[in-house]
Amino acid sequence: MNDTPPPPAGEDLPPPLPPPRPGVGLAQRLLARLITGFARLLTGARSLWRGCLPEAKQRIYFANHSSHADFVLLWSSLPPALRARTRPVAGADYWQRDGLRRFLIQRVFRGVLVDRERQSAERNPLQPMLDALHAGDSLILFPEGTRNLVEGGLLPFKSGLYRLARACPQVELVPVWIANLNRVMPKGRVLPLPLLCTVSFGAPLTLDAGESKDAFLARARDALLNLAAEAD
Amino acid sequence: MDRDTLSLFAGIGALLALASLIGCVLKWRCRGADSPVIDNLNARINAWWVMVAVLGGAFWLGHGAVILLFAAISFFALREFITLAPTRGGDYPALVAAFYLVLPVQYLLIADDWYGLFSIFIPVYVFLLLPILASLGGDTTGFLERAAKVQWGMMIAVFCISHVPALLTLDIPGFEGRNLLLIAWLVLVVQISDVLQYVCGKLLGRRKIAPRLSPSKTVEGFAGGISLATLIGAGLFWITPFSFWQALAVALVVTLLGFFGGLVMSAIKRDRGVKDWGHMIEGHGGMLDRLDSVCFAAPIFFHLLRYGWT
Repeated sequence: MNDTPPPPAGEDLPPPLPPPRPGVGLAQRLLARLITGFARLLTGARSLWRGCLPEAKQRIYFANHSSHADFVLLWSSLPPALRARTRPVAGADYWQRDGLRRFLIQRVFRGVLVDRERQSAERNPLQPMLDALHAGDSLILFPEGTRNLVEGGLLPFKSGLYRLARACPQVELVPVWIANLNRVMPKGRVLPLPLLCTVSFGAPLTLDAGESKDAFLARARDALLNLAAEAD
Repeated sequence: MDRDTLSLFAGIGALLALASLIGCVLKWRCRGADSPVIDNLNARINAWWVMVAVLGGAFWLGHGAVILLFAAISFFALREFITLAPTRGGDYPALVAAFYLVLPVQYLLIADDWYGLFSIFIPVYVFLLLPILASLGGDTTGFLERAAKVQWGMMIAVFCISHVPALLTLDIPGFEGRNLLLIAWLVLVVQISDVLQYVCGKLLGRRKIAPRLSPSKTVEGFAGGISLATLIGAGLFWITPFSFWQALAVALVVTLLGFFGGLVMSAIKRDRGVKDWGHMIEGHGGMLDRLDSVCFAAPIFFHLLRYGWT
């Protein structure tokens, strides 16, 4: 796997299933604008590009996860051109629970839904993400896998980030620390509070040759924690 | 807008034009060398143009627009304050009430000219309501501190700031229809005092006046800024209901309050380990960094006027 050359976007490699790219109509685009505009207005959404610039490179933005609104804020913090090519990875179990959520995640946010409960054993749960990457899109990923409801710190990372890094070595892995959003929308609350949030983008990581899974995940986690310490 | 307001804004425009010119000359004299102080000065001057334009636009639109503008300012200030004041999950109902109920109601009461209620709504009713809401959360950790922080935020960011548009509700005999000028005079005197303290401090500052609270404030800046701003306030007595000497005394009171307001708000920032409340005004910091002095001056100015001139 390691010696496969980086695939030019969209070609080559195990014949990917046609990635799910529902048509994004005008109404959906307007709704997306409305939601990101609201998120920015409410939180002041300050983006700090500390370790990289908002460039049109293929990336996996990996961030801390404390609120369902995390990806909305991260997504809103990207310039519109990047936002159009960046898709949030979200848990299918949560987002397919009702029609509204399904509409939002598929049509408005163009989310990549993953099966966190691994209902079908034969299908690789990472496949939807690989498909999106092969189609040239960037991803927003929460490697903790679930919301961390404890103040500060990070849960252990799931292995998905490592496996994506191995499969797609040309993709930059950018740590992103989202500060304060857990206070905006505490668990179980619907009405968001207007509090200032910052989204800090760190220096991109790449998988070193021969780096083990545990070493890489620890390094990625440290990179995110360092970013958090800087942001404070 | 009447002639006095127009000539006042024309004067402020001329002053800003002069400031921009000085900023350009200073920048040119650096000849490309980096000077953070001069860059910050120019950012501050540019932000002043925007702030004066926004206030001028609201004046032009009328009383409703001015009340709405200060409601928005309160919202931004409260957001900065609560962001820096650590609260816990159990404060959520109190914070929802603070942002979505108390803030709009306070400004509606002012728009409704209901002095009897807007003057005690936050200090009495909200003071009792918010801790009741917080207690329903059942979380006792740091309860008194949390309740105090939310109440303090309400007082500073909503109650105190709302006393600027509350000036529109005063009925001063012989001054009918000119109340916007009270806002213009107060904001101008307090802000020019801040500017002159900054300028005098940068040019002549030697001895720090409160090194532990605010390392940039100096005795020279304090004395120069307060005295010059007081003189400017007195010189503008013709747009107020005051005589020259009354204007001088009131200007001294509001500039002193403004200075101490800046000191108190600095103490809070120091304690929280930050330099600025926020980042929304380029070169100045946050909304509260620009308005800390007005927060302290406005309610006293309001009540002095109400007691002595209505």
